[in-house]
Amino acid sequence: MSLSGPQQVAITESLRIKSPDVIVAEVRAARARESRRFRLVFGLTWVVVIGLLVGSLAAAGKVDVTFLAMWGPYIVGGIPITIVVSIFSIGLAVMFAVLGALGRLSVRAPIYAVATLYVSLVRGTPLIVQILFIYLALPQIIPASAGIPVIVLAIFALAFNYGAYMTEIFRAGIQAIPRSQIEAAGALGMTDSQTMRRVVLPQAIRIVIPAIGNEFIAMIKDSALVSIITVQELLWRAQRVGQSNFRSLETLLLAALVYWVMTIAFSVVQDRLEKRMAESDRRI
Amino acid sequence: MSATSPINVPVRDPYAKPGALTPPDAMPIVRLENVEKFFGSNHVLRGLTLEVYPRETICVIGRSGSGKSTLLRCTNLLEEPTVGSVEVDGLRIVADPLHARDRAHRERIRQIRQRAQMVFQEFNLFPHMTVIDNLIEGPVRVKGLSRDEAIATAEKYLDKVGLRDKRDEYPARLSGGQKQRVAIARALAMEPKVLLFDEPTSALDPTLVGEVIMVMEELAHEGSTMIVVTHEMQFAREAADRVYFIEEGTFIEVGPPEQVLDKPQDERTRRFLRRLLSPGVAVPR
Repeated sequence: MSLSGPQQVAITESLRIKSPDVIVAEVRAARARESRRFRLVFGLTWVVVIGLLVGSLAAAGKVDVTFLAMWGPYIVGGIPITIVVSIFSIGLAVMFAVLGALGRLSVRAPIYAVATLYVSLVRGTPLIVQILFIYLALPQIIPASAGIPVIVLAIFALAFNYGAYMTEIFRAGIQAIPRSQIEAAGALGMTDSQTMRRVVLPQAIRIVIPAIGNEFIAMIKDSALVSIITVQELLWRAQRVGQSNFRSLETLLLAALVYWVMTIAFSVVQDRLEKRMAESDRRI
Repeated sequence: MSATSPINVPVRDPYAKPGALTPPDAMPIVRLENVEKFFGSNHVLRGLTLEVYPRETICVIGRSGSGKSTLLRCTNLLEEPTVGSVEVDGLRIVADPLHARDRAHRERIRQIRQRAQMVFQEFNLFPHMTVIDNLIEGPVRVKGLSRDEAIATAEKYLDKVGLRDKRDEYPARLSGGQKQRVAIARALAMEPKVLLFDEPTSALDPTLVGEVIMVMEELAHEGSTMIVVTHEMQFAREAADRVYFIEEGTFIEVGPPEQVLDKPQDERTRRFLRRLLSPGVAVPR
């Protein structure tokens, strides 16, 4: 750094000052201590607050633990259905969203009109109305639809709704691709649809993947809405057990806890995924 | 398709004469007739006529905003000319801005683009594809070659630009000079009739210009047909058969490099060259 060997030592000792290396190390250690303390206090606060909530409920004797132990497994058994509904819905929603985005970017008036109508209609009406419409009203128009399993109707309703919201995400992703990429493809002689499929969409999808993750987490929670059309997922089971035994406190607490844990778990997964993508972007 | 051209008598480029490498009685590969381009009310090209014969290298020089890039982009129809006609390898398009979206018109543009490959200032490689995938994309998707054929051709051109070892890298891992050489190889892999270079070294770090220029000079000396928009006067001197100086959308001066660059006749050309050779020195316009 500056002086070396005996000279450095001599000066340091004679002036009784620390060498820069020591100061740097001390500052680093102090920062680390500070951040450890912050995380410790953060964790403790959570434990204390949650402990107080649970403890006061238990002390008041309002939570029937034996009841929960008996019915808990049945309620928790709704998790796979919640996850299946969410995964299929988000997958189908992505397809709706790609079509919607292409429509919203089309220069052909009828295609643009249909896509715009889709987005406007879906975003302008409550999700619960759409779910009920597909379950209750659709059979009046198409009697055959009464035979479709409710889980399929539920997936379709959620996907149709989320597809409209995600249309805007995909549109933004497509528009984020620089014009120069489209020109480069055109200059090779590629057609518009080849350019879209081979050059624009693959890059756009990379851009929107984090946003799809957020939508998926929101979907896990919104999937609770399909309980009203008797899909036997988490909330439906909690409601059914709770209402018939007048023990909604226990069952709803359990359902809420499970949703919370699921969203945290998927957030962690999403974080990891994004980090890995960032790494492969460094490669790209 | 379009109505007949408003210009029925072909306009010849008065300065075009086949270069030293051009075989006798060859026809021009590129022929621009009286091309004009408006962006809104901005008159960017004001009637340009240009002929390029096989194996010739043409350099277009001029200040930024003079229309030189627009001229190049009109040649492969990335910009649709407002007036005039463009002919590449016998395929002729008469400007028809009102019917630019006609299917037949667009198909013909695609045919022209395959024959006139462009190398961009900013390289414009596809970042989500490896080098080899960048090179075979056009041959496979546009020309319908099999993957194996396309890879064989692509590797040949990677050798030519000296980047065979970067075959499986992604563009982000390459230096600017390497990216531009890959972009040149991508254009070559389409085996076009003419190469269009749009300021290919302007986005490069000065230390990386040389490697790109070397590749371009080699192509020129081997007899590729090239139209090069550039500020590299050394390249123009070394490789060009003719230099076109353009200002405000008009060719001011045309001729062999030793004439246009060393003994410019027009005051505007002289002023441009002075500014280019001594940047930082204020030269009255």
